[in-house]
Amino acid sequence: MHDKTLAELARGLAAGDFSSRELTTSLLARIKRHDPAINSFITVTEEQALEDADAADALRHRGEAGVLGGLPLAYKDIFCTEGVRTSAGSKMLDNFIAPYNATVVEKLRHAGTVSLGKTNMDEFAMGSSNENSYYGPVKNPWNPTLVPGGSSGGSAAAVAAGLAPAALGTDTGGSIRQPAAFCGITGLKPTYGRISRYGMIAYASSLDQAGPMARTAEDCAMLMNAMAGHDARDSTSVARNVPDYTQDLDKPLNGLKIGLPVEYFGEGLAPEVESAVREAVKVYESLGAQVIDVSLPHTRLAIPAYYVIAPAEASSNLSRYDGVRFGHRCEDPADLEDLYKRTRAEGFGDEVKRRILIGTHTLSEGFFDAYYRKAQQVRRLIRQDFLDAFTRVDVLMGPAAPTTAFELGAKADPVQMYLQDIYTIAINLAGIPGISVPAGLADNRPVGLQILGPHFGEAHLLNVAHVYQQATDWHQRRPEIKE
Amino acid sequence: MQWEPVIGLEVHVQLSTCSKIFSGASTAFGAEANTQACGIDLALPGTLPVLNENAVAMAVRFGLAINAEIPEYSVFERKNYFYPDLPKGYQTSQMAHPVVGRGEVDITLGDGTIKTVRIHHAHMEEDAGKSLHEDYSGMTGIDLNRAGTPLLEIVSEPDMHSAEEASAYIRAIHAIVTYLGISDGNMAEGSMRCDVNVSLRPKGQEKLGTRAEIKNVNSFRFVERAIAFEIERQSEILEEGGVIVQETRLYNPDLDETRSMRTKEEANDYRYFPCPDLLPLMLDEAYIEHQRSLLPELPSEKRQRFVESLGLSTYDADVLTGSRPLAEYFEAVQKLCGDAKLAANWVQGDLLGRLNRDGLDITQTPVNAEQLGGLLARLQDDTINGKAAKQVFADLWECRGETADEIIETRGLKQVTDTGAIESLCDQVIADNPVQVTQYREASEDKRGKMIGFFVGQVMKASRGTANPPQVNAMLTEKLDALL
Repeated sequence: MHDKTLAELARGLAAGDFSSRELTTSLLARIKRHDPAINSFITVTEEQALEDADAADALRHRGEAGVLGGLPLAYKDIFCTEGVRTSAGSKMLDNFIAPYNATVVEKLRHAGTVSLGKTNMDEFAMGSSNENSYYGPVKNPWNPTLVPGGSSGGSAAAVAAGLAPAALGTDTGGSIRQPAAFCGITGLKPTYGRISRYGMIAYASSLDQAGPMARTAEDCAMLMNAMAGHDARDSTSVARNVPDYTQDLDKPLNGLKIGLPVEYFGEGLAPEVESAVREAVKVYESLGAQVIDVSLPHTRLAIPAYYVIAPAEASSNLSRYDGVRFGHRCEDPADLEDLYKRTRAEGFGDEVKRRILIGTHTLSEGFFDAYYRKAQQVRRLIRQDFLDAFTRVDVLMGPAAPTTAFELGAKADPVQMYLQDIYTIAINLAGIPGISVPAGLADNRPVGLQILGPHFGEAHLLNVAHVYQQATDWHQRRPEIKE
Repeated sequence: MQWEPVIGLEVHVQLSTCSKIFSGASTAFGAEANTQACGIDLALPGTLPVLNENAVAMAVRFGLAINAEIPEYSVFERKNYFYPDLPKGYQTSQMAHPVVGRGEVDITLGDGTIKTVRIHHAHMEEDAGKSLHEDYSGMTGIDLNRAGTPLLEIVSEPDMHSAEEASAYIRAIHAIVTYLGISDGNMAEGSMRCDVNVSLRPKGQEKLGTRAEIKNVNSFRFVERAIAFEIERQSEILEEGGVIVQETRLYNPDLDETRSMRTKEEANDYRYFPCPDLLPLMLDEAYIEHQRSLLPELPSEKRQRFVESLGLSTYDADVLTGSRPLAEYFEAVQKLCGDAKLAANWVQGDLLGRLNRDGLDITQTPVNAEQLGGLLARLQDDTINGKAAKQVFADLWECRGETADEIIETRGLKQVTDTGAIESLCDQVIADNPVQVTQYREASEDKRGKMIGFFVGQVMKASRGTANPPQVNAMLTEKLDALL
């Protein structure tokens, strides 16, 4: 059962081939058997999963089950889940039991899904390898010496290893698309504002966006139907009709105009990734698409702008972890200053501290104009680059990451790590949607093709990805896992 | 040297919304600690703010009341600093783009002159919680009930030059916000708090001196006292050739002095930046016009009407429009008795005098406007005389009756206007006081005018205060003059 897509499982449940309890039990057993080596889960909520499954089965019995009824999911440990530890991968929140559900969690629960547990991640979503977790690194199911990517590395690895048919991730600078690419699964970062951020622990509020991670574009579409929509509790969520994302999946791609940003095929791109991506583009041409080169002239400014804006917001967002109301508190503080200093020194890891320091500095008096204001100007230029490109083409295509998955510990220099997000980060700055789909294997390491569309163009992106997946089988490849 | 004080005020007004500015928790005062703080107020991970529409409406109405421009676009920013009663580690406030732009407020000074104070801007922000230092054996308790209460911070230009002007300004702001109904203006509960900026400069010089900011002064009187102290302190330093340090000071009402809290060097760098969780606030013309249509009559308009259509003196009009409840009380009384001057005298004299004596404000008055209006109506139609009216008022104050009519009835205070009854009383008094009658007859004409008072008093006494004094006076004069 663990090899099936969400859509296949949904059909199996509907046909009565198996119950949600059977499905859930088998996945829980798989997690128990394989996850110690992968470390993709921080918390497995076995009891709750079985309760959820029984409830879903009961609903189905009464003929009241929805499309997603009884399907098990895993949540990146950044989504608040009532009564369950929600750590954000940090020692700071190791003892934090969320007293409420995030809006997306609520919506998916309402749709009848089963929660398997909470997946591993880079601390507060800061990282591209999942090595920055208080709960230890996640191993790539394709090869345990490789990273799964990050920050949603646990979600990507869990899906790739068949521990969960789908999982939720969040993407601030590539944190869904890059691990999806590294683990050979499909991951969608929707338009900023498409999905509520309420209950999703904030890293950089103007960039954070939740999204589905699954085997196929179709599975992502099914999840999007439940996840998307305006939320009165999130002022940045957009009140705009939610289409049925599964409706147009099969629409033919005749006449589709694909733009290839020249900046995405330059220096730093591994040749095996480039050739896989160009192969994928050829598949599209064979499906009737036209390909043209386009330019996104401000691409090189995306990483610098991101590393001003994201840390600035993070430095403020993470101020609430002060040892006063919840989370870690140092032992026997001598006074208030000691409480703050030791609590935060002990509770945060190095990368989080680094970004808090950067953000605090760039917002400081005398530096604000040179950094933050300038970065916001750059952000507008980057957004304009995309808007201009989308007047000429329907979608943009390129690599999701410059390389395939790298070895654990290979990127000790933070700047080398930051360069991982060179093709993903601008998308968050522009607020547009992007999807990564499996498009090849190089040395048994998955390669991800990234497809970008204009704001609120998710349905089209899913269509473009789905038709490709009908024509190829990269998304069906599975890592070998010794049973 | 002659020093001129320059004073600017930042007044924080708690807006009287039912719920907080960014959460649904209640804002009611005085609840048990931390019972009115929800996940958003506690800054639980993952929570997000949602702007309270009513708070915006109140801020806009304030802006319209002071003739300020309302920008079509304003921005919430984060003011970052660590403090245990500031749960998020930042205060959501406004900085570069406040909701209310430049405006002005007229203040009335003691000599009746009116002065205009310019308002630099007013912005919305959230209040912090409270740190409780008592009862926790060496630890500090945190109460977050107040955290997230909406505040409107009204920032004046440094247009005031004395404690009196500053005090008049705060009273004017107090009147405006209470008229608008956007705040209860209760200073004792912290609904209005002031930061006062004071500097001195040589008289005639334009350049401002170095200022000290006195934080969190929470009564009209303390504002005056703190400013007076600060002017004294700074002029002493300057007279001795010293320099003023730019610093934040605290006023201690018990010692009646200000003390340094922190200097400019120790000040926080608040790292303001636009709050990414809240979109810019866009207000269109239609919205602003709708808010304008909801404005009540404002203190200045009311004052003018009291003078022009009710014929009150500017002084009376100023006192009676001091707060909306007082103005409304007066207007109700005036309508019931039909005599503005009479109503003004009673409200300012008897009513405010007694309220003041008992430490009450107009909203706590034991005698409501219907009762006082009913009483004055009886005075107006000669049912009772002035003396009896005072007795009735005293009884109403002690809650000895529901209405003036009831008290007049049960205590038999109805004025005797029956000519026959008064005549017999007058005859009796003249007969009982032959010595005084003789003196009256022998007195010169101008002295007789005074002496008549004795006889009137005797008749009033005999009537137990119920005779109509003018009628008694006329009748006695007639009878005594007939004896000449």
